[in-house]
Amino acid sequence: MKREIPLAITAIFGIFMVAQLFIPHYLVQDISGRLQDWAVVIVAFAYILGVANIIKINSGVICRRGQDWEYKIVMLIALVIMMLSGILLGKDPDDSLPIFDFMYNSMYVPMQSTMFALLAFFIASAAFRAFRARTTEAILLLVTATIVMIGRVSLGEFIWERLPDITEWIMNYPNNAGKRGIKIGASLGAISIGLKVILGIEKSYLGGD
Amino acid sequence: MKNVGRFRSLILFILMTFFLVLPPLYAQEEEGKNFKYEITRDIMKSLNESAEQGDIPENLVVALAPLQGKVFINEQAFRQELVGALGRQLSAQYQSRLVDMSKIRVDWFDMTKITIFIILIAFCGMVLFFSWKAKTDPNQFIRRIPGLDAISEAIGRCTEMGKPVLYVPGIDDMNNIQTIASMVILENVARVIGEYESDLIVPIRPPFVVPVAEEMVKKGYLDAGRPDAFKPENVRFISDEQFAYAAGVNGIMLREKPAANLLLGSFFAESLVIAETGVLAGAIQVAGTANEHQLPFFVAACDYTLIGEEIYAASAYLSKDPELVGSLKGSDWAKVVLSIIMLLGVVLETFGVHFLTEWFFIR
Repeated sequence: MKREIPLAITAIFGIFMVAQLFIPHYLVQDISGRLQDWAVVIVAFAYILGVANIIKINSGVICRRGQDWEYKIVMLIALVIMMLSGILLGKDPDDSLPIFDFMYNSMYVPMQSTMFALLAFFIASAAFRAFRARTTEAILLLVTATIVMIGRVSLGEFIWERLPDITEWIMNYPNNAGKRGIKIGASLGAISIGLKVILGIEKSYLGGD
Repeated sequence: MKNVGRFRSLILFILMTFFLVLPPLYAQEEEGKNFKYEITRDIMKSLNESAEQGDIPENLVVALAPLQGKVFINEQAFRQELVGALGRQLSAQYQSRLVDMSKIRVDWFDMTKITIFIILIAFCGMVLFFSWKAKTDPNQFIRRIPGLDAISEAIGRCTEMGKPVLYVPGIDDMNNIQTIASMVILENVARVIGEYESDLIVPIRPPFVVPVAEEMVKKGYLDAGRPDAFKPENVRFISDEQFAYAAGVNGIMLREKPAANLLLGSFFAESLVIAETGVLAGAIQVAGTANEHQLPFFVAACDYTLIGEEIYAASAYLSKDPELVGSLKGSDWAKVVLSIIMLLGVVLETFGVHFLTEWFFIR
């Protein structure tokens, strides 16, 4: 029964959510909307699990003085401060800048932007490796990428006025055809695995017996 | 097998209930509730014509334009939206006229989606048929997928080096089918790791995935006969924020130096940040995603990449379960049929015959 009940719940709600796509009636749409609201509530509760996981793992490392235990203390303190400032001081009645917003906007957002900014350097290093002309395919990649890169900046038009058109053609036809092929295959694969989950053919995601 | 048969009967029962119980409910519905309100393109056209003839003010039509295509399921909400958009211009007479014009009866079945419905039923039929057929003939051929073969190779490398394996299941929640596929692969990976007696680290972004991943890893170790080797502290919730998560994963790569990184699931802008850090850490990397926009990054930075649907084939490929391999065959045949239809569509369109493309067009 430990497996049959979750499988039955998956099947009932899975079939219903597929069916609601084809049934515009208010009765079905109303139930579907409520089910989606339930999902949001359940996911919100999962944050408690997440926080519990963080506290359990990091407090364990601190207690046994594991590797980098000092950083774990900083992390747990940051977690508690952010959480408490959000719960207790998050809403300022005067609508001035609350402490939570201050920490979020002035500390977290710049750090997140820093991580994102690293992407530019990672793209350069990955491109450098990928463009090494060792095989025919790599040469093709190198030539195409060079045309697209130059064609997308004003220098391209300066070198040859038709270069931006060639770039657009590469992006709109060969590139788009490849992308759509992958997308169609992946979408059908997704439907297939969804069907297997709903019908109980694929049940390993339920874990142990 | 007995349980599976019972389960299929249950599915049949649910389907029958669904189609037998809901129509009578539909018949007894409250009058007036089975309508939707939408300012369609045709309505806008006729309003424009009326404005040109001077029957209604022109600025009323302009103000209504943003509402075109929005669907409202109750009259009150629609009236509120009209008042919000038109303000003082809207007299009670115009309001009632617009409501009457926009009122559309909602049918029991949306006939505009009949094409999708037929394709979906045919696709499901093929998957189920091949899945059933595989039970009688379990020796089904499945082509070699180098990326999946490389997973065992990568785990073997970790064992030889005495280093852990890092498994990143993407950043999406369990409502993304790629995350479900990734969890199925995780179980197989955990089983192989259990056999090789290595460590497995699983950093997670959405908290909802934490218990599922814990269960998958536990089951994998259990199937390998090594339940004692399962370390709950290795399934780690990092952060729900995208780049905080990426920073956490990078930290694990650089501090704990896993010898193999398996990046399988739904990835977005963090894909290259993670994959390039893996290169710097000197790990062998196997990646896979169905998000086509991230594939070039993985191809450039990883040793093996599972492209698009290959990630969904992984569970059948790794488990070799006849039913799963059969269903994979079914979906592949469905792809062949759809490809033929697409080619036919291209040929017919080239010669000016439009019936096939019109049939596939969703209104």
